[in-house]
Amino acid sequence: MATSVANQVPIAEGLFTWPSNDPRLLGSKCKNCGVVLFPAQSSCPACCTEDSDVIELERRGKIWTFTIQNFLPNRPPYEGPETPETFKPYGVGYVELADQTRVEARIQTDDVSKLHIGQDVELVVEKYIERDGKDIISFFFKPVDEV
Amino acid sequence: MDVAIIGLGIHPFGRTDDMTGLDQGAFAARKALEDAGASWDDMDFAYGGSAAAGNADALVNKLGLTGLQFINVANGCATGGSALQSAYMAIKSGMFDMGMAVGFDKHPRGAFTVDPEKSGLGKWYGDVGMALTPQFFGMKIQRYMHEFGISEDTLIKVAEKNFRNGTLNPNAWRQKAISYDEIKASPMVCDPLRKYMFCSPAEGGCAMILCRADKAKQFTSKPIYLKAVSVKTRNFGSFEVFTQAQALDRADSPTVKASKAAFELAGIGPEDIDVAQLQDTESGAEIMHMSENGFCADGDQEKWFAEGHTEINGKLPVNTDGGCLANGEPIGASGLRQVHEVALQLRGDAGKRQVPNQPKTGYTHVYGAPGLSGVTILSV
Ligand SMILES: [Zn+2]
Repeated sequence: MATSVANQVPIAEGLFTWPSNDPRLLGSKCKNCGVVLFPAQSSCPACCTEDSDVIELERRGKIWTFTIQNFLPNRPPYEGPETPETFKPYGVGYVELADQTRVEARIQTDDVSKLHIGQDVELVVEKYIERDGKDIISFFFKPVDEV
Repeated sequence: MDVAIIGLGIHPFGRTDDMTGLDQGAFAARKALEDAGASWDDMDFAYGGSAAAGNADALVNKLGLTGLQFINVANGCATGGSALQSAYMAIKSGMFDMGMAVGFDKHPRGAFTVDPEKSGLGKWYGDVGMALTPQFFGMKIQRYMHEFGISEDTLIKVAEKNFRNGTLNPNAWRQKAISYDEIKASPMVCDPLRKYMFCSPAEGGCAMILCRADKAKQFTSKPIYLKAVSVKTRNFGSFEVFTQAQALDRADSPTVKASKAAFELAGIGPEDIDVAQLQDTESGAEIMHMSENGFCADGDQEKWFAEGHTEINGKLPVNTDGGCLANGEPIGASGLRQVHEVALQLRGDAGKRQVPNQPKTGYTHVYGAPGLSGVTILSV
């Protein structure tokens, strides 16, 4: 990490443990039916009750499905750092975390053409953009051989 | 009491720079009244919707201040289908004898922009570049192709067919065929979906007049009966747009639920349908909706397209007017266009794209964010 933790702000509160040497996504597990949700929420859309625990999600998972975003998204809402000149297609996928859930996330890779269903990926929490002099920290998954 | 459709009206879809969305809605409404041989003053009620072209009830300023019950409907991509469902219930309940379902829209050029917070998602979701509907469509068909062996060839054939059907429809936006090779060579948008596999936001209007079945013959010799209407939202575990985490146990989509409910209500099955409209926001959607609506098993689409079963002269013609791909998507009007087309086919009035052998039973299906489906079953 190039800058101090004090200069780093998570992109949203409650998405992942931060600051942390081993950051994890934070989900919720329904005490009634056991369903795991991300982001964490108190009410359960599966069984319509309101009693859950916040849990840490698995760090590693497998790509369940994915796509490649081939054009620069509209701003707003997009806040990525690219310009039309520097934009490179990026991966988005659902990552299956064993016995928990499938989380939608950006997949960071040097070569989007190699993305495939079943690929092993790992959570990384790192700088996404700079805003108001601060580093905005977000979460991504990366192929394990690129971490 | 059955419900009959006795009048159909449409304003051509696409781009009409010198008319507002509301004007296009009024145009369609007048056409529908003319087709039914009825006047605006005869309408007991109207249900209308528009997502981006103002309040539908402003139509009364154009059509006449008759004091009728006019209710605005807003239900995403299923707005038109929901307006029709409301009109159906109004007559079915015995409360009213006759009324209108109407929808229109006029969207700016380019992809729909999404405000994540309006959908109950965090702002961060848009910041990081995941609040884009084409990504969902790409990811859903990517998984489906992996599970059921659908090839890119079939994705291309869907688009090729719908643009070809559009050339036979004078109300379609795209009236030029796009060849297999052009579709295959068009730029990738969200893998595996390419530019010519997607529909675009557009403009247009559509309206229909409904009445009690026992009064229909006073207006037309060819009433079309609404045998079933069903609108369903998602259950926990179905794979929907803007789901930040999907359950490991997958549930049936709202389309499966709406389809089953409609067939049960009509007392018939998928094998009884002669012509269908299935939501084709992009090529993959039409493929998956063929099985979600019960017309074929998962994976059989590959064979169906190879053998041309969904062509106008096939065993189940699908999207005979060119679907969303050739017509574009004015949200408020899109679901009504589907019903308009099937009703025309059942009347035998579909011109150059008429399905042969006098189809008797038709089906329409609309699907939209954030996970809802509307199905209708129509018969002569
Ligand atoms: Zn629960």
